[in-house]
Amino acid sequence: MAINWYKYASPASFYILAGKMVPFFAIVAIGLLIAGLYIGFFVAPTDFQQGEAYRIIFIHVPAAWMSMFLYVVMALWAGIGLAFNTRLSSMMATAIAPTGAMFTFLALWTGSLWGKPMWGTWWVWDARLTSELILLFLYIGFMSLQAAIDDPRRADKAGAIIALVGVINIPIIYFSVQWWNTLHQGASVSVTQAPTMASVMLTGMMIMVFASWMYAIAVILKRVRIIILERESHTAWVAELRKKGAL
Amino acid sequence: MFFWIIQRDLLLAVRRRSDVLTTLFFFVIVVSLFPLSVGPEMNLLRIMAPGVVWVAALLASMLSLGRLFSSDYLDGTLEQMLLSPQSLSILVLGKALAHWLVTGVPLVLMAPVLGIQYDLPADALFVLVLSLLLGTPVLSLIGAIGAALTLGLRGGGVLVSLLVLPLYIPVLIFGAGAVEANMAGISYDAHLSLLGAFLLVSLVFAPWAIASSLRVSME
Amino acid sequence: MLQGINLTCVRGDRRLFKEVNFILEAGGLMQVHGPNGSGKTSLLRMLCGLSHPAMGEITWCGTSIRVLGGEYFANLTYIGHLSGTKDDLTVLENLRISSALAGVRISERQASDALTHMGLNGREFLPAKVLSQGQRRRVALARLLVCKTKLWILDEPLAALDVMAVQLIQELLEQHLAEKGLVVMTTHQEIDVTAVSKVHLRLV
Repeated sequence: MAINWYKYASPASFYILAGKMVPFFAIVAIGLLIAGLYIGFFVAPTDFQQGEAYRIIFIHVPAAWMSMFLYVVMALWAGIGLAFNTRLSSMMATAIAPTGAMFTFLALWTGSLWGKPMWGTWWVWDARLTSELILLFLYIGFMSLQAAIDDPRRADKAGAIIALVGVINIPIIYFSVQWWNTLHQGASVSVTQAPTMASVMLTGMMIMVFASWMYAIAVILKRVRIIILERESHTAWVAELRKKGAL
Repeated sequence: MFFWIIQRDLLLAVRRRSDVLTTLFFFVIVVSLFPLSVGPEMNLLRIMAPGVVWVAALLASMLSLGRLFSSDYLDGTLEQMLLSPQSLSILVLGKALAHWLVTGVPLVLMAPVLGIQYDLPADALFVLVLSLLLGTPVLSLIGAIGAALTLGLRGGGVLVSLLVLPLYIPVLIFGAGAVEANMAGISYDAHLSLLGAFLLVSLVFAPWAIASSLRVSME
Repeated sequence: MLQGINLTCVRGDRRLFKEVNFILEAGGLMQVHGPNGSGKTSLLRMLCGLSHPAMGEITWCGTSIRVLGGEYFANLTYIGHLSGTKDDLTVLENLRISSALAGVRISERQASDALTHMGLNGREFLPAKVLSQGQRRRVALARLLVCKTKLWILDEPLAALDVMAVQLIQELLEQHLAEKGLVVMTTHQEIDVTAVSKVHLRLV
């Protein structure tokens, strides 16, 4: 079946397509979330070393993964928008940023909750947590830059440049923090380290990862729809939607 | 062209010497605040010294970024630069270098004096100067990207720090790390090589990013 | 030589103008008219390549200016609202540096000749900050004398100029047009320039 992809590159048709996709991803996300949390909190056995506290990884690990993936995906969309001057790609990047920042914050929060029973403090300057914190700064920088610029085209392009600079820097930052961490306090216990992870734990975690993906897609599509409406409010097709009472 | 623009920016800096001095004094004041806040315990200060001097250098070089493009932007010279038949990347590289000569080099020269305040041994002072010498041009180059992106925006000064400070972190880690390694009696070659590598990478990529940012901001 | 095809300009949510077409041949003068906020400056910046049209294309000798890049800039002198003079530099330094930026190295002698022509003799070594608005404009316009470019894009060149200076600019424009140069300009003042071909572009 040949799909005319170019058709969906225009904001007007993508708006309608996204509208159809959002409920699907939202329902799948909720279903997976319930299943994942059930496995994580009721089915998975208690860890012999870490007790019940380890269960936070069912949220922490997917959140940490998502936070990093989403930054790369965001930079990718922004880069496409900058290179090919496609408005929709830039809107995708703008829509991804808040979700990415939310996952980064979630990863930090759950990391700190996990740290209290494990290390006895809410915060340790562990390499991963520190990198995650810097990632949050990068997300905030991207969002504040876009928020400060009134002209949407300039905001798109400026955001793309800072996202690309960020994406080049992330490996350098991660590596630097790793180096800094080993120099200063030796390797610490990492949050994700679970040498003998029971297969049911792994299943639960993978389900949570998929749930996070589905949630991210649903929320991002919803947000893109709002951004499209905002930017295209002066066009004929939005006026038509308004007349039909679809808004 | 490259030298013309450096010459021009240096000439402007000479005509406005006070701007250079304010950055330098900011650096001195920030470094001097730490003993006042944590107490004059020399052992503690010696441990803190590399980090304090480096953080202060970061802040000082960041504060001066506002001037990098804004005056050219306000009086229309920047438009003329964008319309220059010469390569804009070379031109902004010249501007970033001039910025470093005006703000970075004085910091490097001042650092040993501040190190003495913190009772750093002589060879640690030497490493501090070396690390600043390699690291501060990177700060100017990366900072210029932020300055170009926030050109003409309200609250641009604070925004620049949000954009630029996270990107400064690797330079900070290895800059301060080199001095700490020296004080701990470990070889600091790796730190300096990495700082050198950062400098090369930013020399290659930053001019392009600065030039595109300027074009975006001027549109 | 210079051609605009279906140019559309969008600023934020507002469309300033759409489907603007024109052709300007060598020796031609194009005057852009329109009320405040009709997009005259936006059009001129677009013609310089500083901003890009939302739709349409600008060509120079048949090639898109986006493709030409620096090659196009070498043919162009743009004088906008902002004069581009540095307060801390002297008048002479200002002219020499701004023409060096445009890729033209001039000696002190050439610079001071151009300044004399613009009626700024005796002020070469004053810092630009003591100049009046009209004098700054003259410094900026002196660039036209030293950079022998083909295409002049002038945004309100007569603003803040006195009668004498307006006369001077008029002569300068006529001479440039007679030498097969091209001029695109906006002005609210009446100016009578003789040219082989004249285009009036009205933005609403």
